[in-house]
Amino acid sequence: MKEITCECGHVNPEGTVLCEACGKPVEKNQHIDGNEDKKLLNMRYDGSARRSQTYNRTIIDKIWNFFSSVKVGVSLIFIVVIASAIGTIFPQEEFISSNVDPSTHYRDQYGMAGQIYYQLGFHDLFSSWWFMLLLAMLGISIVIASIDRFFPLYKTLKKQKPKRHELFMKKQRIFGETQADNIDIDRFKANLKKRRFKLYEQDGHILAEKNRFARWGPYVNHIGLIIFLLGALLRFVPAFYVDEFIWVREGETTLISGTEGEFYIENKAFTLETYDKDNPEDARFKEAIESQDGAIPKTFRTDAVIYERTNQGVTGADPELEPIKEGSATMNNPLKFDDYALYQASYQLNEFSEMSFKIHDSDDEESNHGEFTIDLANPQSTYELDGGFRVEVVNYFPDYEMQDGQPASVSKYPRNPAFVFNLYPPGEETPETSFLGIGANIDAGQDNQYKLGLTSFDVRDVTGLTVKKDHTLGIISLGGAIFMIGVIQGMYWNHRRIWLQPRPDGAWIAGHTNKNWYALRMEIEKSIEGTQIEAPQDQYEMKS
Amino acid sequence: MGDLSTISGNLLYAAFFIYLIATLFFAATIRDKKKSKSKMAGNIGISLAIIGFLTQVGYFITRWIASGHAPISNLFEYTTFFGMMLVFAFIILYFIYRVDLLGLFALPIALLLIAFASMFPTEISPLVPSLQSHWLYIHVTTASLGQGILSVSFVAGLIFLISQVDQTRRTKHTTWLEFVIYVIAATLAFIIISSTFNALDYEATFEAPVEGQQTEVTYEMPALAGPNEGVMISEGVMSPIFHAPEWMRGEDAAKKFNTFLWSILGGLILYWGVRLIIRKRIAAAVQPLLNKKVNPELVDEISYRAVAIGFPVFTLGALIFAMIWAQQAWDRFWGWDPKEVWALITFFFYAAYLHLRLSRGWQGMKSAWLAVGGFGIIMFNLIAVNLIISGLHSYA
Ligand code: HEM
Repeated sequence: MKEITCECGHVNPEGTVLCEACGKPVEKNQHIDGNEDKKLLNMRYDGSARRSQTYNRTIIDKIWNFFSSVKVGVSLIFIVVIASAIGTIFPQEEFISSNVDPSTHYRDQYGMAGQIYYQLGFHDLFSSWWFMLLLAMLGISIVIASIDRFFPLYKTLKKQKPKRHELFMKKQRIFGETQADNIDIDRFKANLKKRRFKLYEQDGHILAEKNRFARWGPYVNHIGLIIFLLGALLRFVPAFYVDEFIWVREGETTLISGTEGEFYIENKAFTLETYDKDNPEDARFKEAIESQDGAIPKTFRTDAVIYERTNQGVTGADPELEPIKEGSATMNNPLKFDDYALYQASYQLNEFSEMSFKIHDSDDEESNHGEFTIDLANPQSTYELDGGFRVEVVNYFPDYEMQDGQPASVSKYPRNPAFVFNLYPPGEETPETSFLGIGANIDAGQDNQYKLGLTSFDVRDVTGLTVKKDHTLGIISLGGAIFMIGVIQGMYWNHRRIWLQPRPDGAWIAGHTNKNWYALRMEIEKSIEGTQIEAPQDQYEMKS
Repeated sequence: MGDLSTISGNLLYAAFFIYLIATLFFAATIRDKKKSKSKMAGNIGISLAIIGFLTQVGYFITRWIASGHAPISNLFEYTTFFGMMLVFAFIILYFIYRVDLLGLFALPIALLLIAFASMFPTEISPLVPSLQSHWLYIHVTTASLGQGILSVSFVAGLIFLISQVDQTRRTKHTTWLEFVIYVIAATLAFIIISSTFNALDYEATFEAPVEGQQTEVTYEMPALAGPNEGVMISEGVMSPIFHAPEWMRGEDAAKKFNTFLWSILGGLILYWGVRLIIRKRIAAAVQPLLNKKVNPELVDEISYRAVAIGFPVFTLGALIFAMIWAQQAWDRFWGWDPKEVWALITFFFYAAYLHLRLSRGWQGMKSAWLAVGGFGIIMFNLIAVNLIISGLHSYA
């Protein structure tokens, strides 16, 4: 490394723009911070030697310099902003109904624009590879830009000396010359101390500094951002993150998926409450309730018991369950056990649980040739009836709908069950076929002798719960907290420095801050009260 | 309880008028010859602003008691609260910098917001299950405070632009500035037109297909654009000049489009009406009034300071608290729904603002324009996302 020895005796690393100790501009390096022909020095990083400004030979240098540029960083941010905004024009794929085909949905709903949107992949923007790539580049940029600046700046601020080079003083934005022989230095120092400045002195030269720690704010917040991003990445590791969904019928006990066979849940009851304008407690919402078309829900609640399987690992054996927790999940209050949380996410009211049928003569509804009951969660393939009849379930549509003239099931949940039965009268080998659903009893054969009729059914509610285990939350919260500390540190305090240099005929004063110059000038004005030091000028001219 | 909600409504009216009077006092400060410290008029102005703010806090508390939940759960409540936070943020920055002009611009913006909010249903509504969480209050209040502080940055930026843009010739700057003023005029037009037809109880009902079903759609303003394939049922009212395009299919899409058209037209009439009378660009007419009072560097710093103070508050409220709440209510702290995405866009935008200012020296004009853009994003999230691209948060 080619080092630069300043006339003050300090040895600076290659690439230094302003001597770390006295601030004298290193002549051959002024182009780095664009100081040539300028009245003022660029004080952004105190003229420290940054890698990105010093080396530009190898490919690694070039990559480093690319990512450490704030211009690149801000461009990346703006690309993310614009892409995200476009991503909200039409609903994302995950928000559209799951039984439509996205490849036609966007064209059908939004015409040409929708088609283009889909073709360009904006319908699934936030999990697309290029959006991920953008975020990754943003992350890399944050890391490199921070490393590039933090270490040199830290070193420079540590090595700074109160005694500054004349050029350094003169080329500060806030600078003033005082000609007087009765300057009250002690008063000046006392004023500064009162304003909580730290004072450093060297041969009568004074450096007053406060809130240097605020300079580290951006680096702290960038670390927070990176931890946050890493936490989000860890979700792709299954040990850290479980996200499953289960339907549990009332009265049913089922395995909680995602828990590796360890936990079971029993749904005791699902409750949906709505606001009721006749209920005195809700009367104040009367107007709003009346102006709404449908009922306004008040609570969704699942009362449940959680069981742990005690004979886990015993293959083939029936699970032995031991209740470990009884409680309820409502929206905003998940039911927690072990590392898991169950969230009230969805529900289905009045799902069919059982249907009972009887066989009667086609022309006599009152006759009865036997009855049978189908458990819809678990339908059998044939039912032998007492009267000698046999019923074969040829086809079962849990959620029946006619599609293109064909019966079909739009989901696997018994919301609108329909059946195709083969009915074998006693001793017969050729069946009569019939089709049966709620409100639809179509004879497949015109001349059927028998008919099936629905005699009764049972319904129950089904709750939809998300099963979550999320060990990344801790990391993500940590990242968020560090980020907040960092922004507050950087935004609510300002790093301010004031230099005083004794001159044969009086004194020079200069000031620097990383933000809020007006406030710095106010501070200087208060510090020089009664000291005979003249108020410095702001040498900066705003180009509006 | 019913009485309490009447009291609450009256307090809001009172606050509105107090802000209005405070604005007049701030306007009077323009005559003060001195650039710096505020005098009589300014002191009265800020005192009234504080009294108005406290009155509005009174509205907030009484409405909270009446409804049993914090009144920040629909567009009306949320927007009024936002107006209140803008006033609060203005008061804070006033005491840091003591610039009277800030009041002259901040209070009218708050007045517009509150009046705008009142155009939406104001009845007390119950909370659906996902909103029943303390995190909702914490999230919405902090986010809104953050947006209020960030909006002061816009107010200062606007003062900067009006006083500094060269008005001797027509440039991009003058054109965009007039556009910003026009948007404000259109908002005002919306408020005037809505309240007029509201007072007249105007109604025009159509029968139109909505998602394949014949549905009745009632307009509260005369239909410039009727619903697509809509048939008018009401009698004795103006029939639509044309029909909304075919792709506006949502239940209220055509109606909202019609309201939008009215606002655009009303804004044009207001804007050009004034402009024809004064015979120059509006900003050019205002500029000489401000010039004596404005210290451009100071105004620029206020604009920046507002971002510096508001950015952490906004991040905490609109992202961090929002994530905590979303984690509880919907089992995921982030879901890319439009409201969330726009909060993130706001965050990124102001992060870019800070980087450009800090590292690339964007000050003065450039920075003021960014502040205007940031406010545009905030308003877009408040209004357009709620009314047009509604997601899970569906206020209104
Ligand atoms: C959205 C992501 C980001 C956020 C929220 C963020 C936040 C911040 C904040 C709040 C500051 C302090 C600004 C000020 O004091 O006015 C800052 C400074 C800075 N940021 Fe970022 N940043 C982000 C991304 C980036 C990226 C991508 C880069 C890459 C070039 C970058 C480079 C810097 C630099 C160089 C500084 C100045 C540090 C200093 O003054 O010592 N940041 N950042």
